[in-house]
Amino acid sequence: MRAEALVAVVVATVGLVCGARPGEAYTVYVSNEKGNSITVLDSATLEVKETIPVGMRPRGIILTNDDKYLLICASDEDTVQVLDVNSHELVGDLPSGPDPELLDLHPSGNPVYVANEDDNLLTVIDINDKKVLAEVEVGVEPEGVGASPDGKTVVVTSETTNMAHFVDTESYEITDNVLVGSRPRFAEFTADGSQLWVTSEVAGVVSVIDTKTRKIIKVIGFAVPGVQPEHIQPVGVRVAKDGSKAFVALGPANRVAVIDAKTLEVEKYLLVGQRVWQLAFTPDEKQVFVTNGNSNDVSVIDVPSLTVVKSIPVGSAPWGVAISQH
Amino acid sequence: MSQLYRMPFRVCQVGLALLLVLAAPLPILAEMRDEGEAVPPAAAALTNVPIGYLKQEVKKVIPLSRLNVEPEDIGIAGAQIALKDNNTTGRFTKQQFTLDVAQVPIGGDAVKALETLVEAGHHYVLVDAPAEILLRLSDAVKDKDVLLFNVRASDENLREEDCRANVLHTAPDRAMLADALAQYLVWKKWQRWLVVKGVFPEDLAYLDMLRRAAKRFGGTIVEEREYKETPGARRSDSGQQQIQQQMPVFTQGAPSYDVVVVADEKEVFGPYLPYRTWDPRPVAGTAGLQAMSWHPAHEQWGATQMQNRFQRAAKRFMLPIDYQAWVAVRAIGESVSRVGSGDFAKVDAFLRGDEFGLAAFKGQKVTFRKWDGQLRQPIIVAGPDLPVSTSPQQGFLHEHAEVDTLGIDAPESKCKFQ
Repeated sequence: MRAEALVAVVVATVGLVCGARPGEAYTVYVSNEKGNSITVLDSATLEVKETIPVGMRPRGIILTNDDKYLLICASDEDTVQVLDVNSHELVGDLPSGPDPELLDLHPSGNPVYVANEDDNLLTVIDINDKKVLAEVEVGVEPEGVGASPDGKTVVVTSETTNMAHFVDTESYEITDNVLVGSRPRFAEFTADGSQLWVTSEVAGVVSVIDTKTRKIIKVIGFAVPGVQPEHIQPVGVRVAKDGSKAFVALGPANRVAVIDAKTLEVEKYLLVGQRVWQLAFTPDEKQVFVTNGNSNDVSVIDVPSLTVVKSIPVGSAPWGVAISQH
Repeated sequence: MSQLYRMPFRVCQVGLALLLVLAAPLPILAEMRDEGEAVPPAAAALTNVPIGYLKQEVKKVIPLSRLNVEPEDIGIAGAQIALKDNNTTGRFTKQQFTLDVAQVPIGGDAVKALETLVEAGHHYVLVDAPAEILLRLSDAVKDKDVLLFNVRASDENLREEDCRANVLHTAPDRAMLADALAQYLVWKKWQRWLVVKGVFPEDLAYLDMLRRAAKRFGGTIVEEREYKETPGARRSDSGQQQIQQQMPVFTQGAPSYDVVVVADEKEVFGPYLPYRTWDPRPVAGTAGLQAMSWHPAHEQWGATQMQNRFQRAAKRFMLPIDYQAWVAVRAIGESVSRVGSGDFAKVDAFLRGDEFGLAAFKGQKVTFRKWDGQLRQPIIVAGPDLPVSTSPQQGFLHEHAEVDTLGIDAPESKCKFQ
């Protein structure tokens, strides 16, 4: 036991030394669903810098393209709060409609697309005017939102309808509906826009969809030795910009799956904290930060070595994570 | 015409006024569309899937607490929300679901009501009826393309010696409920149980499952004590005073125990026990801490949205039978959307197959057990105000799926489908 711990410390230290190069410090924001706060971390020191109280039940978060504001789905306040990350002041609200959960920005930085889980709607909001541009009726319990890199399409996944709805960002019409595994939670376009990755929590799979044909290319399943299949519940997914690897948070399996994004095969499982939920790359893609909802911490993955280098205690029930570009 | 009027059942339009069928040569089933709005005959491309709901009215003992009086629309309200969910998906898949409710009065002819639903094209029918009526219904449509969903009856025989190939059970059986509670009590190290039982067959049936659970998970029943009173008037002016005297005396002199476990399904005396036992002990079973498929304050795993949806529509809290009906209608919807058609054989096979898995706010998919048609689902263990836990509990292991530690497992099943 002691020897193991020592090895872990050594591995962690080596990982730290070899992994994150000093000087490339990004700011990492984590929403604490039960703590009603945002924890701010430094990606180089891996220390908590501060904790900012925000609205009730903060879940999905995203930074504006200039890194100045954090948009926060305050689910129990039925609004998206705008946090000035320098002053720590909540400077406004976006009229998201009831129970916002996840959101994504148009690649140009405006508008923002918000899933209203309680209302079967995708709400499109201009973040400057704070006005609703459109409400699109989608399936039951919309959750995951992903905007395509070319800005022409936004996808929303509905958890009870089990679909990825492709919405045209100009006409706000649904152009395609792709049936995926049960309870789809998150939608992520690859950087080249050719694929859409959708996680299905209850089915325990990730569907990779060809965005041209709107057909599923592959359904990726998971098997972790010693973990019963029903505990494998994929939630967050991120695909590296260079298309080499993807990371998938497996919920109560307490693992992050590393997938070879070219062959679409699982490469490795990394042990993280309890009920791992969402994750995000640093802009240099050398680190992945993942939120562990039940152990109240964030695990830091060193991407080159594919090791977990540190767990950082944050607030109560960490949920979403966003990282500055600069 | 008058003959039809006197038919011992009636067909009603859900959510709207009761509609008595007077004129048609065959009873016309009024159809509940999404939101109750009338929809013109469907376009050719639409797949129509009519779902039936048969409710047999029964004589009920008035529960001790007015909080536990069953709402008139119990179950039906759950089916309606699921119908709406199915039709939201159906907008995208060009599938339309309808719900038709047949309410059979006490002494009415449930078989006739089912036959009418089937003649009108219903392949899927939810049944809220006592076990013996459910069996009669099952036998009556044995040779037809009909699948029944048992949304209420918790009787063991329906999953065991009297199991039927054309019935799936979304209601948990007593074994599942007793196992779920027992696992929690054992996890809590409340292993010595003082069992207090009523006199009804249902109480004894639950007692049997408590004994089985004690044996399986390591509980000890220190004594079984019978509460002999039969139901009397619920209200009387000095009733509370009397009970305050009676209950401590009734629970006096028991061997050392950790928890009172009550078997009183009709709620004749169980709710009188908490706070009134001779020894200061918690109460569980059919009163106090209870095992159930759904609790109105369950908010884990996205259940908040379900509760909100339900409360907005039904103007009341969602109860276990509402959930059990919701699961049945959603299971049909899920299968029809996956199969891509309303074809009975395909949908029926998909429901029972390995690919079926419904997201039902339980933290894992719910599926149907192949050996007895029982819904495989985690069970909530809850006090009156809040859920306390969800079983299976950690540490109760199973070679395939932990959730199969609840209820009748494959190797012990006596079910031979007929």
